[in-house]
Amino acid sequence: MATVVEEKRPEKKIVVPRKRIAAKGNFAAAMAVRDVDIDVAAIYPITPQVQIAEKITEYVANGELDAEVIPVEGEHSAMSAVVAAAAAGARVFTATSSQGLEYMHEILYIASGLRQPVVMALATRALSAPINIWNDYADAFGMRDTGWIIIFSENVQEVYDNLIQAYRIAEHPDVLLPVVVTLDGYILSHTVEPLEPLGREEALSFAPKRPRGYRPVLDPDRPMSFGIVGVPAWYHEIKYQQVAAMRESRRVIEETGREFGKRYGRGYGFIEEYMMDDAEVALVSLGATASLVKAAVNRLRGEGVKAGMVKIRVLRPFPREELVKALENVEAWGTLNRAITYGGAFEDPLYLEIAASLAAEGIAKPSASFIHGMGGRDIFVHEVVEMYKKLMEHARAGKSARRTYFWGVKGHNPDDDQKM
Amino acid sequence: MTEGLGRYLGKKYPTTWQELPIAGIVPWAGNTEELPKHAWRTIRPVIDQEKCIRCRLCWTFCPDGAILEVDEEYVTKKGRRYKVSYKVNYDYCKGCGICAHECPVHAIEMVPEER
Repeated sequence: MATVVEEKRPEKKIVVPRKRIAAKGNFAAAMAVRDVDIDVAAIYPITPQVQIAEKITEYVANGELDAEVIPVEGEHSAMSAVVAAAAAGARVFTATSSQGLEYMHEILYIASGLRQPVVMALATRALSAPINIWNDYADAFGMRDTGWIIIFSENVQEVYDNLIQAYRIAEHPDVLLPVVVTLDGYILSHTVEPLEPLGREEALSFAPKRPRGYRPVLDPDRPMSFGIVGVPAWYHEIKYQQVAAMRESRRVIEETGREFGKRYGRGYGFIEEYMMDDAEVALVSLGATASLVKAAVNRLRGEGVKAGMVKIRVLRPFPREELVKALENVEAWGTLNRAITYGGAFEDPLYLEIAASLAAEGIAKPSASFIHGMGGRDIFVHEVVEMYKKLMEHARAGKSARRTYFWGVKGHNPDDDQKM
Repeated sequence: MTEGLGRYLGKKYPTTWQELPIAGIVPWAGNTEELPKHAWRTIRPVIDQEKCIRCRLCWTFCPDGAILEVDEEYVTKKGRRYKVSYKVNYDYCKGCGICAHECPVHAIEMVPEER
């Protein structure tokens, strides 16, 4: 007679019931804001963000989300509406791209100046003219000085996770700043990838709504004036408050990313290092472009080249210390970006900030900046490999590039950039 | 509602950026009344009661109603007795100088503000 021995298995503690679905970046964004139970959304549809607006309206229509959707006539109104709703104490959301972002630009500064915890998804897209609906980071980089916290996403899962974290960061009493989460137009917004959503209960337990009145809000029972004239005697001080809040936000962003990792196994920092332990050459990139650079690193490692990559997740506040730590031991470093600052000392805005960060620490290393993939131009892995090889040339020569390399321009040899 | 708001709204009249309410919010109603209405004045009118002939022209022309006609008797050195005096309400005077310009006997002098 066979005896059945009941095997005593250790009780497995599953914190979150894992449910894996397939979703595009736009749906992941809509799902994230549904799960954090937003109160007000005002979104004007623009390619490639349209599906975010559609999906949120659908959630409200079928009762999955109890929110007020304000049908606005443009992005300037969309941002104005969510700033006002946030000032009234609501948890708000909007989304845009490219020209839409430019249209709401003046209100971007008002959102941060009024210290409203607005959260926005930005499906990155090239700026007109010529009109172009495909991916680059020109719109996102245009937000650098608006006083917003800027978080880049590399894949669909990060779009979801970053948006959940964005609410916890923006509404934190030590921060109270607007947050934008990017998703590469089409490359993430329209690409179906595996996604593990947290679900409403978990999302709300991670980013709980704070009791009304924990921050100043518009309330008839306690009248206050928001958005008064900032006279010269006090404007300077109000701006310094923003500077201090942005500095303070570093701690909150770090804590939030770490806590997220502890709970759900996907930790987030300011940067992500890929094969950087023994790297001799490293490219710094961001967004979905980082995945491409990782593929190039894999290929180079196969050839025996000690290549590495650093992905910037948080562009504002800029991860200065983290980048210095990541790059201080490489022989040469570079940047690959899809945004141009025309006429800049270097045309890649990312390069300028990293170079300044290293210079402040007295670190001088051969470096170069590369721009490719504007207006949705495909960047191929072999091209990134060539950039790494160019970087190695600089390492051997012990000299930095004098100008930004423009890669993949028809009829243009990137080496000619150095002669200009 | 008031719980915890103190950290954002600060003291009533701040002197530093830390005390300043977040984003420059004015946390109580009706605050315009408390504003100084003369902060940008660079020159102030000073009326010489000796020279003043009580013609009321300054009172008439002042665009801000900042000239006051007060029931205050004044006797000049020459013995002339006036039943009223004209005074400047410096809380409202912007220092435009119209009164000094209109005064037919040049009894009003515009004196630089020094702070």
